[in-house]
Amino acid sequence: MAADLVLTIVLNGLTLAALYFIVASGFSLIFGLMRTVNMAHGALYLIAGYAGYAVFEPLYDQDVWWAWYAGVAWGVVVAAVVGTVMQKFLLGWMQGQELRQALVTIGVSIIVADQLLAFYGGNPRQFFAPDAIFGASAVPGVGNYPTFRLVQIGIAVAVGVALWVILNKTKLGLMVRAGVDDREMLAACGVNVPLVAIAVFALGAGLAGLGGVIGSTAQPLSQGMDGRFLLIALVVVIVGGMGSITGTALGAVMIGLAEQIGQALFPTYSVILTFVIMVAVLALRPQGLLGRATP
Amino acid sequence: MTPARTTVISLIGLAVLVVAPLVLLAILPQNQAQFWTSNILGRGLVFGLIALSLTFLATYGGFISLAQMTVAGVAGYTVAVLTQGAVPTIVGGLPYALTIPAGLFASVLAGLLIGAISVKTRDIYLLMITLALAMGVFRFVETNIAWFNGYEGIRNVVGPDIFGLSFRSTYVFYYSVVASCAVLYFGILYLVRSPFGLVLQGIRDNPRRVSALGYNVGQHRIAAFGVAGFIAGCGGVLATIYNIGISPGSIGLGASVNILIISVIGGLGHPIGAFVGSIIFTVFDTFAATIYDRERFNTLIGLVFLIIVLVSPDGVVGLKGRLMALLKPKQAKEAKSP
Repeated sequence: MAADLVLTIVLNGLTLAALYFIVASGFSLIFGLMRTVNMAHGALYLIAGYAGYAVFEPLYDQDVWWAWYAGVAWGVVVAAVVGTVMQKFLLGWMQGQELRQALVTIGVSIIVADQLLAFYGGNPRQFFAPDAIFGASAVPGVGNYPTFRLVQIGIAVAVGVALWVILNKTKLGLMVRAGVDDREMLAACGVNVPLVAIAVFALGAGLAGLGGVIGSTAQPLSQGMDGRFLLIALVVVIVGGMGSITGTALGAVMIGLAEQIGQALFPTYSVILTFVIMVAVLALRPQGLLGRATP
Repeated sequence: MTPARTTVISLIGLAVLVVAPLVLLAILPQNQAQFWTSNILGRGLVFGLIALSLTFLATYGGFISLAQMTVAGVAGYTVAVLTQGAVPTIVGGLPYALTIPAGLFASVLAGLLIGAISVKTRDIYLLMITLALAMGVFRFVETNIAWFNGYEGIRNVVGPDIFGLSFRSTYVFYYSVVASCAVLYFGILYLVRSPFGLVLQGIRDNPRRVSALGYNVGQHRIAAFGVAGFIAGCGGVLATIYNIGISPGSIGLGASVNILIISVIGGLGHPIGAFVGSIIFTVFDTFAATIYDRERFNTLIGLVFLIIVLVSPDGVVGLKGRLMALLKPKQAKEAKSP
């Protein structure tokens, strides 16, 4: 295989991994603090996509340069608000009943997906990136490559760095890390744990929203995307390790690369490669590559 | 409830199912009676059978798996791929007498495999892993043309003739389903009182202690998934014949979650919940148009599911106990403390 083709496939894998990381990091964050498996994560992706598009479309028609940025901001805000409402009214009071929480989020995701279908219909939508990051850029060794996909990597890195700073350098991060280890002790120290939980849920949901708009710029937004991105979040955190942001990044890169390499080498069976990785990780390290052993 | 009492209730339920078609014929016009028998009771029981495999795992092992529809699909696809007359012909050429056992064998293997992959995980981890596996199989089947005819699936799996009677006849289909359900349901009630069933319940309550007693927890878990695979496989074969074929949509995310919904609505405390849940589910499915909006069935069933999970985690079957507890608050407190 020609070298530039190999590099293109790797770059494709990395840009896909960037999107997967943005979506899965929110899932992993929520799981890390609260042990809540948010099965509505894909639904949040979908909500943000449609909500963002509703703001983006009229602005884009007027040729406003900040249409896309407004769509991103609105998508993130709406997803974060929906996440907050879910945590406050549905999940907060059954803290500790992990399975029940998972079931509640499944119920929410079914209703949300169905209502979105009712409001927006089945037609796919796609954002257009602003001129500044549209088009193609020359990448050494690859040739011309869509600029937006490169920006996607940049955004993922920024998200990763921001999460690292929040978790390791801020008071919120301190409380989150303490909460992961011992919620009750943290509450006994006078911290309003339910409030921290809501903040984390809003942050995680907002990341799903960010993924929703960015993902819908790179590829069309349609019904069924919720299931797809929920699955990706699951596989990425299972491989990388639950609750670990570094692990999520590692998992996202592995799954993104595996998907692209698989599609290049054996298109019909590419899905299997992803799952072989997952099964192998589960067999050798059930807690994920960088996850901590579950107590 | 004591085992003797549940057996009596179950037998009454079975008797109701056996005479139901005759009662329906007596009170409704013939075509409506056939519709109720086949499309509501029959279909409900078929999906109840798949849900039964999940309820069995959840009730006696504490395993909530989202891959039971996938296991059922493995049986359905095996039958569809091998059977003579299916369209398109992929392997074909074999009679139902061979392909149905082959399908059940495949589903047991699939069950064992899923049990083995997830053997070290519990609770929500198990839920996540089985969902990921289910979606993996779904996407594989959907994109594979050579073996599964991709998105379109395989059609024209009409079912065998039994004693010269066509499986497509409403009543041959219905009574085959009732017989399968009865055998598997009472089989489970028997199995859980056997040494295997007791070890399984021990694993649910305290795996470490069971392990300390010298039982191999992993092997028992995998075997339980194999048993569940057989039950789900029976449901999968019947569902494939009922639908006259199988397509990836029938093992997708929605279908997998529907099985969970059925089991949870019915209640994860006793196998009978699977059938209670599936009949409720099918009635909602059929009459969603009258209740709310035909297109919005998912919202309706999602709301029912959400309310059940929020109000009564042990489902409709557990509702009675919950209401009694509300009426007698003092007893409820005693009942709650384990």
